[in-house]
Amino acid sequence: MSVRTLPLLFLNLGGEMLYILDQRLRAQNIPGDKARKVLNDIISTMFNRKFMEELFKPQELYSKKALRTVYDRLAHASIMRLNQASMDKLYDLMTMAFKYQVLLCPRPKDVLLVTFNHLDAIKGFIQDSPAIQHQVEETFRQLTEVYGGLPAGEFQLIRQTLLIFFQDLHIRVSIFLKDKVQNSNGRFVLPVSGPVPWGTEVPGLIRMFNDKGKEVKKVEFKHGGHYVTAPKEGSFELYGDRVLKLGTNMYSMNRPVETHTSGASKSLASRTQESIAPNPLAKEELNFLARLMGGMEIKKPSGPEPGFRLNLFTTDEEEEQAALTRPEELSYEVINIQATQDQQRNEELARIMGEFEVTDQPRQSASKGDDLLAMMDEL
Amino acid sequence: MVAADSQGRRIPRVRQATLGLRVHWCVLPFRVLLVLTSHRGIQMYESDGSVMVYWHALDSGDASPVQAVFARGIASSGHFICVGTWSGRVLVFDIPAKGPNIVLSEELAGHQTSVTDIATEPAQGQDCVADMVTADDSGLLCVWRSGPEFKLMTQIPGFGVPCPSVQLWHGAVAAGYGDGQVRLYEASTGTLHVQISAHARAICALDLAPEVGKLLSAAEDTFVHIWKLSRSPESGHTEAAPLL
Repeated sequence: MSVRTLPLLFLNLGGEMLYILDQRLRAQNIPGDKARKVLNDIISTMFNRKFMEELFKPQELYSKKALRTVYDRLAHASIMRLNQASMDKLYDLMTMAFKYQVLLCPRPKDVLLVTFNHLDAIKGFIQDSPAIQHQVEETFRQLTEVYGGLPAGEFQLIRQTLLIFFQDLHIRVSIFLKDKVQNSNGRFVLPVSGPVPWGTEVPGLIRMFNDKGKEVKKVEFKHGGHYVTAPKEGSFELYGDRVLKLGTNMYSMNRPVETHTSGASKSLASRTQESIAPNPLAKEELNFLARLMGGMEIKKPSGPEPGFRLNLFTTDEEEEQAALTRPEELSYEVINIQATQDQQRNEELARIMGEFEVTDQPRQSASKGDDLLAMMDEL
Repeated sequence: MVAADSQGRRIPRVRQATLGLRVHWCVLPFRVLLVLTSHRGIQMYESDGSVMVYWHALDSGDASPVQAVFARGIASSGHFICVGTWSGRVLVFDIPAKGPNIVLSEELAGHQTSVTDIATEPAQGQDCVADMVTADDSGLLCVWRSGPEFKLMTQIPGFGVPCPSVQLWHGAVAAGYGDGQVRLYEASTGTLHVQISAHARAICALDLAPEVGKLLSAAEDTFVHIWKLSRSPESGHTEAAPLL
């Protein structure tokens, strides 16, 4: 497992989240200044230096549930609120989109170009804020520093680590179904035509050489696909033509985004058995979350800026319906920790929890562990 | 038949998606062992999986914090079992005819990056010396002669493109690369004889039917190809022809 995967996972999922939020803000006719504020706040929290420092530390990937808690917090970094059903749908769309992008990357290294596509678009969202622009460019530089020189074998490991993270996720996304890049069983269609990856030859040729290295025979064969040569390599510079379209905003046309969570494949149901045994990784995940969220500087809303609720569905009724009919195996339940039996009270964690913005009055509870559990219950 | 999944050991709620988990039946002169590799170490079981006869924990001593630690690539040669590691070292285990008295007899140095795959074939007569080939993430191939001490015969450079899978057939090395190429080399000299632009994506695996000289390549482009290998009677070189 590669320990360099988290920054790529986080930034790309974050990028997809911003595409979706931007589209929904426009679809719901949220006033321009409010919409810009929301995006600015989220982006500025995402690219906060302390947060990025934590992110770039070599570490294993944690569970989808743990990561979702971070995005939950991120989505609520501003005056916008999301109901559970909308948050679920948002996360579904984000993860399926990035899964698609990773799967279809021609070369394992191209996941970096996908990340750059997301960052390029993010810079477009914050054109009027030079301070945040600078933060994004800093992250760009960090990405280049960490990944720029990695050999192909390392990228292959990163690719495999990412694909394992997305294993068994087959949520159908209407935009993918319409474009026929996803089948009705939720599996993605792998194209067998188009340009080959940069550095790969178009299949179909066998060449034979003698001892001196001279070509002595050539045989052509039918490959089965319809491939052509790659026109050029995408740019890994701060500015440049990425060539690759994966990671660019597919929601920029005003297309409704629906997911179909009913009728998920049977194998999914049989796989996720909820065990009552405590998760040995729970403590690690809690610590990871604490560190990551500790680096998040959530701004308190300045002035009498009223919040608003964003709906990922077209009507409130639809949102309610989605919440009721979400299949059990796809619910992003809180991390199940026997906090009251947890012997080690984490002082630092408690302090960080105290810094979190709380809209309701703070709960009085006996143990610090209970606080975190309760907070997660609320998300 | 044994199938390994990426879920790691089946403990409820612990999703140890263990990368590099490989499984291989090692057919030795007097016994068959089932060998498993993971990011923790190497396990060897009796062929029915009933008893674990040996456990080797991987030494992650000089690994930097950004390094993934794992064992990958398993093959048997005579009474030896060879396993590749993340550092490029190839561990050689001496296996007795029966019992758990397995000993790590050698650590082969030849690779600078993680080993991807190992292939062996029975010695092809007295003067055929090369009977094992190891491959790594940089595409480098090392050709060895097995014995009480393994000897490095040739090195075939890779130019940065990983070689995920390698096979050995009648003194010819067949290698599948991350850029979709399949290449055949003369094992003893390292000379390139055949270059096939076989796939549009990275090759996942090669498999060989040695008696009939058929090579199978499977890649991420969703295609599987079968190639007929043969030795040219005039030049003695290996040739390949497409079958499927």
